[in-house]
Amino acid sequence: MQLIDQSKVKSKMQTRLMKNNVLKGVFFGATMFALVVLVILLYRIFTQGIGYLDLEFFQNFASRFPEKAGIKAAFYGSLWVMGVIAPVSLILGVGTAIYLEEYAKKNRFTTFIQLNISNLAGVPSIVFGLLGLTVFVRMLEMGRSVLAGGLTMSLLILPIIVVASQESVRSVPKELREASYAMGATKWQTIRRVVLPAAIPGILTGGILALSRAIGETAPLLMIGALTFVAYLPENLLSGFTVMPIQIFNWTSRPQTEFHDVAAAGIIVLLAMLLIMNSIAVLIRNKFSKRL
Amino acid sequence: MERSIRQMIKDKKEKQKTRLNFMEKLVPGLLLLCAVLSVLTTLGIVFTLIVETITFFSRVSIIEFFTNKDWYPFFEGDPDYGIWPLISGTLMITVIAMLVAIPFGLAAAIYLSEYASDRVRRFIKPILEVLAGIPTIVYGFFALTFVTPVLQNVIPNLPVFNALSPGIVVGIMIIPMVASLSEDAMSSVPNAIREGALGLGATRFEVAVKVVLPAALSGIIASFVLAISRAIGETMIVTVAGGATPKLTMDVTESIQTMTSYIVQVSLGDAGFGTTIYYSIYAVGMTLFLFTLIMNLIAQYISRRFREEY
Repeated sequence: MQLIDQSKVKSKMQTRLMKNNVLKGVFFGATMFALVVLVILLYRIFTQGIGYLDLEFFQNFASRFPEKAGIKAAFYGSLWVMGVIAPVSLILGVGTAIYLEEYAKKNRFTTFIQLNISNLAGVPSIVFGLLGLTVFVRMLEMGRSVLAGGLTMSLLILPIIVVASQESVRSVPKELREASYAMGATKWQTIRRVVLPAAIPGILTGGILALSRAIGETAPLLMIGALTFVAYLPENLLSGFTVMPIQIFNWTSRPQTEFHDVAAAGIIVLLAMLLIMNSIAVLIRNKFSKRL
Repeated sequence: MERSIRQMIKDKKEKQKTRLNFMEKLVPGLLLLCAVLSVLTTLGIVFTLIVETITFFSRVSIIEFFTNKDWYPFFEGDPDYGIWPLISGTLMITVIAMLVAIPFGLAAAIYLSEYASDRVRRFIKPILEVLAGIPTIVYGFFALTFVTPVLQNVIPNLPVFNALSPGIVVGIMIIPMVASLSEDAMSSVPNAIREGALGLGATRFEVAVKVVLPAALSGIIASFVLAISRAIGETMIVTVAGGATPKLTMDVTESIQTMTSYIVQVSLGDAGFGTTIYYSIYAVGMTLFLFTLIMNLIAQYISRRFREEY
């Protein structure tokens, strides 16, 4: 007895298969769209900016003349701000992660902190700028300084570091901890000498990726009042400053098209820095991922 | 000999005991302090926004804020503070961005999770990660110097600053986010279900659309909502390429202003501390914060409430 009418199935088969193949192509095309955009974007920026990219570009300060404009102040400003962000956000982020994973009891307060962190990750960066402007610049009277900018950015990337560190700490096998306890180590000794060393590659990878997010952020530092025209290098944590994205924004928003080429040169420097940081993160991940 | 080693261990233990005990008590407290700081950050944001917004509403009536259809804060003498033009500008950018990000992002997710071989996936996923890691100011530059001129060839009278170009570029920026979150949702659908459908003679397309997509729907919708929230909060692309003309309009070729780009405009200008314009950025920031908060809560609710457990 034939339950399925074979002729009907056959008559539809052709269109069904064709639909499958056509749509596979469509989906593939949509995926390739992202690749094409990336290639166009990089090609445009390189062809526009490469002419302005020379040694002088790194040695000159901002200028009214495109051929004299350089990225020196912004480059060093970015390094200074990173110098604040890296220790502050790593200490706070790893501390939070260890507390949540190792010490916190499963109660409502812990759930609340966890929920709070995932909500913080969704707050637009410019709102962090408003927070920084009120709290660091005005209330704590740090002024429009490297310190105020760095602290604001630290809070911005804190959720990313916490989540990455939590995952890393969680993936340390239980046996390692138990072995340490069995040897008579206390809880803090176990965390410091066993858990943290095992988790450090993951923490570093997450930390570097978070830092590379911070180095490209513009909006919060604009709010803090990072300057757009700076002809000096920061001398201490309370100096005024500018960073690369803000310098690029400044060049981009000028009407003369020559400055757009200068902006493109700035973008090349920024992207190169991001590339270096991401490569380091990938290297760390690959080097240590085989162990454990 | 054995006794003396035991004695040595004991001596050493005694010496360390006070220090160890001290550390054991101190460290959890210090770590708790770090964890509490993240709560303080949220409180700080809410507190800052509320206090400064209240100051703003003591100068401009809240009724005007929500009923006035004009936003001209820089008018000497009689400034207008009606939030709607900024909200309409923000929503227009968001809608355009979603029209780009949802089809492309979802298609990429379906391709990666249902069609692509492991080798192709290993090639494409890093590219999406690179796209996601490009700073927004770079996208802004791209919108202004490439997308707008291209669009001007298609639409001859398009002004330099318009809503269409930054909208499209914000959409491109969000594609990786939609793609990777949706792909996560789809690849967590167990293979047994796919194999069941394939065994019954379904094509891969039918499996993807009629079996996997419905099963992963909660995660996919959540990714859309998160993407909307991201588009609402996007700042630099719209500031660079969208212009600074707050307008209640439906025309995508016109110059507009979003909530975020207004805040940037004020912070770049010379409106001093204590002026009404200075406080207005907090009222706008509050509105922006509420929009994104609601979107994030909706996304969390969807992914928790409608999750299919296998």
